[in-house]
Amino acid sequence: MNQQQLNNKLEKIKAKLLAIERPADNRIYLSCEAENSYAVNKFLFEDVPLRFVISTGIDSDDCFEILYHYAYDPTGCVVTVKAFIRDRENPAIESITPFLPAAEWIEREMHDLLGIDFKNHPNLKRLILADDWPEGVYPLRKEIKK
Amino acid sequence: MKKSVRKPVLAVGPFHPLQEEMEFFQLTVDGEIVTDIDVRISYNHRGIEKISESLQFDQVPFLVSRICGICSASHPLAYVQAVEEIAGVTIPDRARYVRTIIAEFERIHSHLLWAGLAGHFIGYDTVFMWAWKYREPVLDLLEEITGNRNNYGNVRVGGCREDIPDELIPKILVELDQIEKKTEMLTKAVLDDPVLHARLKGVGTLKRQDAISYAVTGPTARGSGVAIDVRADEPYAAYADLDWNVISQPEGDVFAKAVVRLLEVLEAVKIIRQALKKLPDGPVVIEVKEIPPGEGVGRAEAPRGETFHYVRSDGGNRPVRHKARAPSYVNVPSFKASCIGQHIADVTITLAAVDPCYSCTERLAVVDGNKVVFDYDALLKLSRRKTAELRKDAGVPELLKMEDL
Repeated sequence: MNQQQLNNKLEKIKAKLLAIERPADNRIYLSCEAENSYAVNKFLFEDVPLRFVISTGIDSDDCFEILYHYAYDPTGCVVTVKAFIRDRENPAIESITPFLPAAEWIEREMHDLLGIDFKNHPNLKRLILADDWPEGVYPLRKEIKK
Repeated sequence: MKKSVRKPVLAVGPFHPLQEEMEFFQLTVDGEIVTDIDVRISYNHRGIEKISESLQFDQVPFLVSRICGICSASHPLAYVQAVEEIAGVTIPDRARYVRTIIAEFERIHSHLLWAGLAGHFIGYDTVFMWAWKYREPVLDLLEEITGNRNNYGNVRVGGCREDIPDELIPKILVELDQIEKKTEMLTKAVLDDPVLHARLKGVGTLKRQDAISYAVTGPTARGSGVAIDVRADEPYAAYADLDWNVISQPEGDVFAKAVVRLLEVLEAVKIIRQALKKLPDGPVVIEVKEIPPGEGVGRAEAPRGETFHYVRSDGGNRPVRHKARAPSYVNVPSFKASCIGQHIADVTITLAAVDPCYSCTERLAVVDGNKVVFDYDALLKLSRRKTAELRKDAGVPELLKMEDL
């Protein structure tokens, strides 16, 4: 599959996306709402298929963003899905670990550091924070200063 | 009625003599056979991503080179590539080659380090002593070029901090011949040894399908027949200009991973030789004044696998978000696939086979009784003096001072 065929394949999931951006030949950014993230990720991992790299959780001004980075190695392309969680009080998103075991740790990490609830995660216990760290303090949120 | 019985759990860690870093494995065992494994990490979390948000773009490479003492070229390289992507900068040709050479020296010393440790873990200490002896000159060369044996801090946004002096090239070429000869000897000794065959073949097998679903990278993936390598898939630095091969083995066991690493050392020697031959003239750095708003991704093939950095800028002088993923973050969870069904005695080398790195480099102080003999500043002075002597002996100009940068 070359880059053009990869682009065409990504068009299939367009109905669930807010936008597709291509700032460079080998960089693609897809954005979607949190409720569509499970379907988009499942499509990318199982149907395209792409290699999962990592996720990034970002505390943006009015929402939380969960970025899922994938790589397509035959063309060296990095595909990033941006899922927006609008509810800042109780941020939650569907876990992708049930079909993608590689995401288990990073979802636990984002749960620790940003306080995001990954629904249906098989093992959502602490990974990064110490056992005696206080509940409800999330170090990677912007209100926590260094 | 069947009573539920709690299975015995064998706890390894968080402190144990095998690994020099802290990690906690809980092996559920049925007799000698491991039936489940639970890994706990982060006993040494330093909050690098959070600290990075408080530093300027130029300062971050020196921070991320301290993510790991061994991969201290790969992390800054991935980071600066992400920032250069945001700024749309093309770096000078010579800088691309210098970055390649440093990155490959790092691969050589890291793979030799692993080979030595792997030998040590299975009680073959001769391999340990050989491999570490051959690794030493590589560290000396890195010190002569960058000023440091580890934590080279040699990449900057826009190029490199230190150039490779032309006077040093003949010496590097002589050392490369030595490294190649000795690694060939070591590779032969390891690959022909019937005891090592018996000890490592069929042990800790990570199947191709598991390698894909756990998304492993580096020699862990290439040892399972997944021939991915960022250097070839998305060539950065000067890799696209050079002739080299991606090494992969289909078996997935510990032996296959050892073969991949040893052959990669020889490929690295090949890469450095070509890069030195083709080394273009010109500056190694261009000035990058402002980083515009935007986001960028940087990837580099560290000795252990793909290092991935994501940086977002809002147009200020600091990143608003910086995510770093080290290769062990995806390689270590694959223990769930490779250790289950193994004997306890085989788990040690299976765990070591992915060359796990828990990213730890600590400040050093030499203490005699309660008195600090050498503190950080004194050690820094000693180290600078040694580098200056090494470079003087080689007839190479002195390193840049921090205030000249």
